[in-house]
Amino acid sequence: MIEIEVFGKKDTRSGFGEGLLELGRTNPDVLALCADLTGSLKMDAFQKEFPERFFQVGIAEANMISIAAGMTIGGKIPFTGTFANFSTGRVYDQIRQSVAYSNKNVKIAASHAGLTLGEDGATHQILEDIGMMKMLPHMTVIVPADFNQTKQATIACTKHNGPVYLRFGRPSVPIFVREDANFVIGKADTIIEGTDVTIIACGHLVWKSIEAAKELEKQGISAEVINMHTIKPLDEEAVLKSIAKTKCVVTAEEHMYHGGLGDSIAQLLARTAPTPQEYVAVNDTFGESGTPDELMAKYHIDTPDVVAAALKVIKRK
Amino acid sequence: MENAELKRIASQVRRDIVRMVAAVSSGHPGGSLGCADFFTLMYFEVMKQDPKNFTMDGKNEDIFFLSNGHISPVWYSVLSRRGYFPVPELNTFRKLSSRLQGHPTPEKGLEGIRMASGSLGQGLSNAIGTAQVKKLNGDNCLVYTLHGDGELQEGQIWEAAMYAAAHKVDNLIATVDYNGRQIDGDCDDVISLGNLKEKWQAFGWVVLEMDGHNFDDMRKTLAEAKAKTGQGKPIVILMKTEMGQGVDYMMGTHKWHGSAPNAEQLEKALNQLEETIGDY
Repeated sequence: MIEIEVFGKKDTRSGFGEGLLELGRTNPDVLALCADLTGSLKMDAFQKEFPERFFQVGIAEANMISIAAGMTIGGKIPFTGTFANFSTGRVYDQIRQSVAYSNKNVKIAASHAGLTLGEDGATHQILEDIGMMKMLPHMTVIVPADFNQTKQATIACTKHNGPVYLRFGRPSVPIFVREDANFVIGKADTIIEGTDVTIIACGHLVWKSIEAAKELEKQGISAEVINMHTIKPLDEEAVLKSIAKTKCVVTAEEHMYHGGLGDSIAQLLARTAPTPQEYVAVNDTFGESGTPDELMAKYHIDTPDVVAAALKVIKRK
Repeated sequence: MENAELKRIASQVRRDIVRMVAAVSSGHPGGSLGCADFFTLMYFEVMKQDPKNFTMDGKNEDIFFLSNGHISPVWYSVLSRRGYFPVPELNTFRKLSSRLQGHPTPEKGLEGIRMASGSLGQGLSNAIGTAQVKKLNGDNCLVYTLHGDGELQEGQIWEAAMYAAAHKVDNLIATVDYNGRQIDGDCDDVISLGNLKEKWQAFGWVVLEMDGHNFDDMRKTLAEAKAKTGQGKPIVILMKTEMGQGVDYMMGTHKWHGSAPNAEQLEKALNQLEETIGDY
């Protein structure tokens, strides 16, 4: 019987806020910039405690990204904070030239990613950001699964010298990563071991996949669940080891089919070990207003969708 | 440095520019020639720097950002002539596997370059970040930038202008290459810049003006700009230049913004530019 210990419920963005605050206290080189969303990004505690290291940019995201790139000259580690949409699509060229191509030590903290931003609707619900960011040379892409992991990832990305895209979200979700877990960039976590199907997920879909594995267990199916918190660089070894055992895979993410985690896995498997794969992702459509739960159900990135994908892919073996 | 010596260096820099772009039949000679005097003065007299020991962080050095990266030929020439990297490397400009990319980048490890530029409008923001970190680090050196006047059509420039005034980034001296021309024609015909001086003033900047082909005027104005740092306001210099300066047929027109001379045109240009320090 699958048993996953849960340590309460919190939003991942608060994990970022706590991680940033801890960095403020432990690393004098860490700076933070925000484009008029300090409360939403949970950067207010850092701002209050380290006002001289916090830079309010106003509603000018392009300027924020380019300033952050300039701040690395002189040895600082700047974190930019705004919604994922304004952290990527709005400022792609600034990131491309000043951060990625210039290979600067900027950490792009992107909140409210995906459909679970909710009622604000499709203008704010970016579902293309993982793809845009992972296509950039030098860029590391991290999508942590819960509060604890987001805090750990925030701290860990300062140990890596280079640009990082750190993607998290708005809603409160179960915490299942241990507070003292050792987060390693590029090293996937196998949460549940199984033999019939591998489910590889990131972000909010990791918990959905755990729930799906419990449901599959009731049907006599043994699912392995991997938390692929780092999309780039991809932990290829973890994927290949698991599918050698299960011979099929479901990928689950709060992102478009195109360009996301599923694409990264499919590319790896196509090159090395062609394997049946089903995607749980948004299928080439924009989102809309609604509650996070309603949206995940309507756009088929919910627990039942992971279960259905697993049943389908097992038949394709 | 004596004006005569600066002129000798600038003449060689202009020869380098036209030879570099002609060798690969591509590049941007117009703005490069127009800014040759400015770059020569900045790198051979004004800025505190350590060319032989280039570091990305540039602590306790003045730092320069070229926001209009397409005039890379003048920057590459001056950097090499100043000793940042070997002069013969100018031969590799825009060629495969070169560190001297069409537009500048630190990705290839070229000494003197700290930020990629080419996509316009971003350098002022970059410079602001570096200037603010200099303050955090207790580093009293300055940050300089150069921008095209056409580049000011990019909205990000004005985001940066608003921010720099609001945050009192007063260790920053921006310069605008005010030659009045861009790739499609005169700026006034493409999209009028209006009253640039009043625009910058309205954004809260100290605005100075200088003649980009007069070393005495540039020296005086840059000293005045430096004297005005640390007083709570960012500083911008509107620098009047002539696109194509030094090569008669490239002056008075926008046509050499992004076109390279052919062999015959190159010879005509070189006949007007004295070889002083020696061609690469």
